[in-house]
Amino acid sequence: MARAWKWVTGALMTASILLAFTYSPVATRPRFEGGQTTMVPWPEFRIFFFHVPSAWIATLGFLVAMIWSIRYLKTRDPKQDDVALASSELGFVFCAVALASGMIWARREWGAFWNWDPRQNTVLILLLIYGGYFTLRSAIADEDKRRRIVAVYSIFAFVTVPFLVFVVPRVMETLHPSPIIKTDQQSGVMNAKMRQVFYLFLLSYTALYVWILNIRVRVERLSRANVVDLQAQEVA
Amino acid sequence: MAILAKDIRSEVRTRAALNAIVLFSVVTLAVVSYATGSFGLSPEVHASLIWIIVFFAAMAGLSRTFVVEAERGTEVALKLTASGTQVFLGKFLFNLVLLGLLDLVLIPLFQILLPIREANWGLLGIGLGLGSLALAASTTLVAAIVAQAGVKGALFTVLSFPILIPVLVAGVSSTRKAMDLAPWADAVTEIQLLVSYAGIMLTLSFFLFDSVWRD
Repeated sequence: MARAWKWVTGALMTASILLAFTYSPVATRPRFEGGQTTMVPWPEFRIFFFHVPSAWIATLGFLVAMIWSIRYLKTRDPKQDDVALASSELGFVFCAVALASGMIWARREWGAFWNWDPRQNTVLILLLIYGGYFTLRSAIADEDKRRRIVAVYSIFAFVTVPFLVFVVPRVMETLHPSPIIKTDQQSGVMNAKMRQVFYLFLLSYTALYVWILNIRVRVERLSRANVVDLQAQEVA
Repeated sequence: MAILAKDIRSEVRTRAALNAIVLFSVVTLAVVSYATGSFGLSPEVHASLIWIIVFFAAMAGLSRTFVVEAERGTEVALKLTASGTQVFLGKFLFNLVLLGLLDLVLIPLFQILLPIREANWGLLGIGLGLGSLALAASTTLVAAIVAQAGVKGALFTVLSFPILIPVLVAGVSSTRKAMDLAPWADAVTEIQLLVSYAGIMLTLSFFLFDSVWRD
């Protein structure tokens, strides 16, 4: 299963990246000049295909981490905590990717990598939260206690995510596309073909996430089994 | 309630947390007024300064909520005599009282050193009060978490700061609006955000506290 999944992920990723540059037409945006509105090409918009799925996987990763933290607190089974750890790590990495690709876009469209835009701030705060999660993990020596405490923090921290992602950017003014650039059918920025490619990207990123998560969880379990083996040998 | 009374009694005897909080806010305020005293401050800067001082004073005082129990060796006795919910409620109320006192000390001090000339005082007070409520609601559980970890000093701030961002954003915004003499209707979003955040954090803490407190 895991072996086949690798090929599925590879095929999906290759297909999405190729289609993003071939099948998907170049985005256009309206330009107002001399009282007339013309649609001009907007190739930079393509980063959207890589940026939005990263942000989606970051949210998914943190959500999965929270659910498996709850499961750990219920069962006290270290296997649940392995998933929570792996998923937080992946969420963290994809969050960083979303931030970096967002910054490239910001440099191009808004003129600077960092604009203190509420969206940029909230993603940075997400990184801080899960940075805190890993710091806390390394600060507790006793393994069972560590799993229990970080599970609590993971659940507690996830509750801030909807506030940071949905509420704060609406209280403050933002330059981020989703309130400003309309990506619906009427505006013409995205057409049906782009939309298909975008959904394929969501799918292939999710496949990528599942693939890495599986590997990471197995590594964690093997290394624990190894430690147990070594301890058993020492005792013997 | 008994826990709240016990904590207040021991605080009155030692005044450790209260001294830390009040002196911290006096010192930072003095530094700030050295740097900016001769200039008029815009409401944005003024509101941010108030909240920065509240935040760091709270970090200095509230981090010790549960650590003191471990240091005095009274943690086990507390575990035996009270349920988790009672302990959490007592500690939360104690933190709330501390922050309330901080607000009461801080605003008159601000009036002396960096006067707020005109404001919608009701909104300013409600914003600070609700902000303190949300602060106490979100940090009490973090204080319990930190007491379990090895490194105690910086960890509390590292873990609390990101969780408190929505509170700080809404708090600064409500205080700024109060100083701009905005009517109440303008600050509804901020007040809703503070109340709902405090409510969610409290509910969640009640559910999670036992997992931290009991082995």
